[in-house]
Amino acid sequence: MEAMVDVRNVVRRFGSFLAVDDVSFGVGRGEVIGFLGPNGAGKSTTMKMITGFLLPSAGAINVGGYDVVADPIEAKRNIGYLPEGAPAYPDMTSRQFLNFIADIRHLDGPVRRRRLDLVIEQTHIGDVLDQPIDTLSKGYKRRVGLAQAILHDPPILVLDEPTDGLDPNQKHEMRGLIGSMAAEKAIIISTHILEEVEAICTRAIIISHGRLVAEGWPEAEGWRLGDLQVEPGRLDAAFRQITGAAA
Amino acid sequence: MRDLFAVFRRELGGYFATPLAYVFIVMFLFVTGIFTFFVGNFFARGQADLKAFFLYLPWLYLFFLPAISMRLWAEERKGGTIELLLTLPVGIGTAVLGKFLAAWAFTGIALALTFPLWLTIGWLGSPDHGVVLAGYIGSLLMAGGYLAIGSCISAMTKNQVIAFVVSVVVCFAFSVAGSPMVTSFFVGWTPQVVLDAIASFSFLQHFGAITDGVIDLRDVIFFISLIALWLFANAVVVDANKAG
Repeated sequence: MEAMVDVRNVVRRFGSFLAVDDVSFGVGRGEVIGFLGPNGAGKSTTMKMITGFLLPSAGAINVGGYDVVADPIEAKRNIGYLPEGAPAYPDMTSRQFLNFIADIRHLDGPVRRRRLDLVIEQTHIGDVLDQPIDTLSKGYKRRVGLAQAILHDPPILVLDEPTDGLDPNQKHEMRGLIGSMAAEKAIIISTHILEEVEAICTRAIIISHGRLVAEGWPEAEGWRLGDLQVEPGRLDAAFRQITGAAA
Repeated sequence: MRDLFAVFRRELGGYFATPLAYVFIVMFLFVTGIFTFFVGNFFARGQADLKAFFLYLPWLYLFFLPAISMRLWAEERKGGTIELLLTLPVGIGTAVLGKFLAAWAFTGIALALTFPLWLTIGWLGSPDHGVVLAGYIGSLLMAGGYLAIGSCISAMTKNQVIAFVVSVVVCFAFSVAGSPMVTSFFVGWTPQVVLDAIASFSFLQHFGAITDGVIDLRDVIFFISLIALWLFANAVVVDANKAG
């Protein structure tokens, strides 16, 4: 499988605190990686390093063939990123915000119009296009953030808690949307919702205290998570066992 | 270039998206008017020039411009949008320059709206329009200096009030670098070369030279290189946050 994202022996320190400790993994086209772990485990830090917001203290990250430290701009062109909390400029309307992203992503003419129309439809934000972003509900804000991330149809998607703050229907739709894009992209999502992993992920990576403690994947019946054979719907028990033991 | 324009437009739009821009412009015009006509005794001077206006402008800039620059980076850091901006395919230099140019353009708009003063002296007498134009060019250059300082300081904090206060103090130090207030502190224990060097950083001296109607290349180069230096420092600060 063609590796779109390659994380090699990555370490990240904040002062004396070791946030990410020698983590390695790869993500190929067609994969949806579920990034799991307790709060503060290093999930977001790892995502920030993949997307070039933070530099690794050691190790190397390659994104779409570009090293994130040596070729940051090229690497960033290949990524769509929804940061934690879906930050967006509060004074802008959704439309202005997406137009700004389209400018930065160098989308022009008919392609620009087609992409804008498509993501607005996919994320169902047509009703709030002319509202300032700071007046939007959490769910709409998250969807505008996702629209921003997928606007340039990137080969790699990094989504930090994409379903946080959505109601059950919206969660279901978000998962459907991510699933529909899965075939031609490499996707990394972080989540606390284990049913989500079962629903859309092709692989799971569990991080605890900055270390990669287990990998998992679906099998004919249920999931394999590290050494554990997990029955369908019982992932959270296995998750507790793995992360609790590592704590 | 295109990215620069996109950042510039978003930032300039950001000023006008809230009442901030309008409040700022109205207050700026109001206060410059008061200082020019009442404090500066515009009419009693009986001169068809804008000396009264340019005399107080640096002091008004000292408080008005940090209010413009304080949000440039601190607001992005506070709201988390800096994570969005810095993960878009935009170089840090482009982001720094685009934001600075937006603040500078906004200041230019406010400054341009003082044009009735120019019309007034043109109507009352026969001013030396060259001198007035030089004054405006000098004002814009000096504004750039203040804004570059403010932008760099804004990148160091999440708190806009801190960015404002620190910027005012640093800008004040640069304004009065040549005055006895600063030089007397150094006299006696530092060599004359250092004293001259400190004094040469004075905004007021360089600005004063330009408003006298002489656009000396050295004064222009002073402001341009000062802006470049502070913006470079600004980029270094933003970049340092990545390695943190």
